[in-house]
Amino acid sequence: MASKVIQAYYDDDDVLMHAVKKVKAARHHIEEVYCPFPVHGLDKAMGLAPTRIAITSFMYGCLGLTVAIVMMNYIMIQDWPQDIGGKPSFSYIENMPAFVPVMFEMTVFFAAHLMVITFYLRSRLWPFKKAENPDPRSTDDHFIMEIELHGDEAALTDLLRETGAVEINRVEK
Amino acid sequence: MYTFSNRLKIGSVILMALGLMGMAIGFISAPSTVEEAKAMVAASHDDGHGGGHEAAAQTHETTSYDSTTEHGAAAQDADHSLDHDEHLLHQLQNRPWSAIYIAAFFFFMLALGTLAFYAVQRAAQAGWSPLLFRVMEGITAYLVPGGIAIFVILVLSVLHMNHLFVWMDAETVAHDELLQGKAGYLNPTFFLIRAAVFLGGWIAYREVSRRLSLAQDEANDNSNFIKNFRWSAGFLVFYLVTESIMSWDWIMSVDPHWFSTLFGWYVFASMFVSGITTIALVTIYLKSRGYLPDVNDSHIHDLGKFMFGISIFWTYLWFGQFMLIWYADIPEEVTYFVTRIEDFKLPFFGMVAMNFLFPLLVLMNSDYKRINWFVVMTGIVVLLGHYLDVYLMITPATVGDQWYIGVPEIGAVLFFGGAFIFWIFRAMTKAPLQPTRNPFIEESRQFHY
Repeated sequence: MASKVIQAYYDDDDVLMHAVKKVKAARHHIEEVYCPFPVHGLDKAMGLAPTRIAITSFMYGCLGLTVAIVMMNYIMIQDWPQDIGGKPSFSYIENMPAFVPVMFEMTVFFAAHLMVITFYLRSRLWPFKKAENPDPRSTDDHFIMEIELHGDEAALTDLLRETGAVEINRVEK
Repeated sequence: MYTFSNRLKIGSVILMALGLMGMAIGFISAPSTVEEAKAMVAASHDDGHGGGHEAAAQTHETTSYDSTTEHGAAAQDADHSLDHDEHLLHQLQNRPWSAIYIAAFFFFMLALGTLAFYAVQRAAQAGWSPLLFRVMEGITAYLVPGGIAIFVILVLSVLHMNHLFVWMDAETVAHDELLQGKAGYLNPTFFLIRAAVFLGGWIAYREVSRRLSLAQDEANDNSNFIKNFRWSAGFLVFYLVTESIMSWDWIMSVDPHWFSTLFGWYVFASMFVSGITTIALVTIYLKSRGYLPDVNDSHIHDLGKFMFGISIFWTYLWFGQFMLIWYADIPEEVTYFVTRIEDFKLPFFGMVAMNFLFPLLVLMNSDYKRINWFVVMTGIVVLLGHYLDVYLMITPATVGDQWYIGVPEIGAVLFFGGAFIFWIFRAMTKAPLQPTRNPFIEESRQFHY
C-alpha cells in the first residue's frame, strides 16, 4: 500500500530545531530527519529514546574479561602449568599480575568491536548497502524533515511553510 | 557571600579537640623503654590482636636482616636479639609520629591536588569550571597551615624527635654504605631547604593566583586573567618537577633502600584524584546550602568524570609499579611489596578495591554522576581509600608489622580533618563564592553536558 509523506527542506539547523518543536507541538508524527551533520539536541526535540549501546558495551566488556580469564586459566594453570622463569603457576590468582595486560586488552577489544558491530546491525549499515537519503542535498547543506501524511495536507503544508521550510515536496513511498 | 555556619565551625573545633586527645593518647601510650615495648607486644599477642603469629615471626626475621645490615653485618647473635628489641621499640615509638605525619600529609595533599587541578583549569582555559574557582581557592587556602604542619614535622624529624626517616640517623648512616652513597642527596640540611623551596613555591603561586583572581572581579579589562593564565602555566611546570622530588623526599625516603621511577606520578595521581574529590564534596555541600545557585548537575557530572578517570589513572600507576616489580622480582626492589603483602594484606588490596573497583562500577553510569548523593558516597570511599594509600606508603617503613588503625591514627585524622574544614570554610567567607568578571563565567553558568 502506498503511503504519502511530506518532505520539508530547511537550510539551517536552528530553523530545523524550531520546526521540529513546532511540528511536535502540533502532534504530527515525524518519520525521519535527514541531516548533513549531528545537530545537538535534535534527538531530545524529536523525543527519541536514549541509546542503550553503552549498556551493551559494558556487557561485551564483561564477556571479554571472562573469555580472557577462562582462556588463560585453562592454558597457563590447568592444561600445562609449566614453570616459566619461576612464575607461580599454581593458581590463577598467584600469577594474576602477569595476566592483567591480556585481561585488560581483551575487555577493551570485546567492548569496542562488539559495540561497533552492534551499532552497524542496529543502524543497518554494511558495504554495498543502498543509500537511503531522499535527496543528495541532505548530505551537504540541507536538512529534510519527513512527516507521514494523514488527512489535511494543506494545513500541514501551511504549518511547515510557517516554520521556515525552503521547499516542500509530497512523495509517494 | 558565604557565612561559615556555626554548626560546622563548632563541629570542626570538636574534631580538632577530639583529635588532639587521640594524638596525646598515642604519645602517652607509646613505650619509652625496650622492656615496655616487649611487654606491649606480649600483651597484644595474648589478646589475639596480632593476627597470624607465624607470619609475624617470619617477617621479624626478614626485617631483622635489614636492621643487621644497617647496624653492621658482623653483628653477633646476642647483639642480634638486642637489635631486634630496639627495632621493636622504635617501631612502637614511631606509631604516633607516623599517624600524625600521614594525616598531615593527607590533608595537605588534598589542598595541593586541588591547586594542581585549579592551575590546569586556568592553563587550559576551561569553560565549565570558572564557577568553581572560588571553591578551589578556598580549599587551597589550607596549603599554608598544612604546609607549616608538615614542615614542622620534618624539622622535628631532623632534630631526632622521632625515627620516621632512618637516613637522618648519623649512627645508622655510618654503618650503611647504601645510605652513605645517597648522603649527597639525603642529608638533613638539603632536605629542609628543598622542602622550604617547594612549599614556598606552591604557596606563592596560590597567593598570586588568588590575588589576580580577586582583582579580575574589580578590573575593567582582562589583564589580570591573562597574567593568571601565565602564572598557572608556569606553576604547572614548577609543580611537575617539585611534586616528583617532594614524593622522593617526604615519602619514598622513609624506605631509603628502595627506589621506584614512577613513584612521583603515583603520588601525583593519588593527590589529584583526592583533590578533585574534595572539590566535588565541598561544591555539593555549598550547593546544598544554597550558596552556589548557578552550579548545576552538569558541573557535578564533570567532576564525577574526573574522579572516575583519575581513579583509573591512579590504578594504572599503582599496577604499573606493582606489576613491574612483582614480575622482575629483583630482591632489592621487591622487599617493598613483600612487607606490604605479608603484613598489610587487607589494607593493601582493600585500597585497590576502594580506589578502583568501587568508583569504576559506581561512576561508570552517566546518570549516576549527576546524582549528588552517589558522588558524595563515592567521594567518601575514594578519600578513605587514598588515606589508606598514604598510610601504606609510610607505615610499613616506620611502624612495620606493629601497625594498627586505632586511637592515634583516627585522632590524627580527626585533628587535621577538623583543621582542614575550619580553614577552608573560613577562607571561603572572605570573597564572593562566584567570580563575576571571569571571561568564561557566562559559559560556565550556561554549562550543560
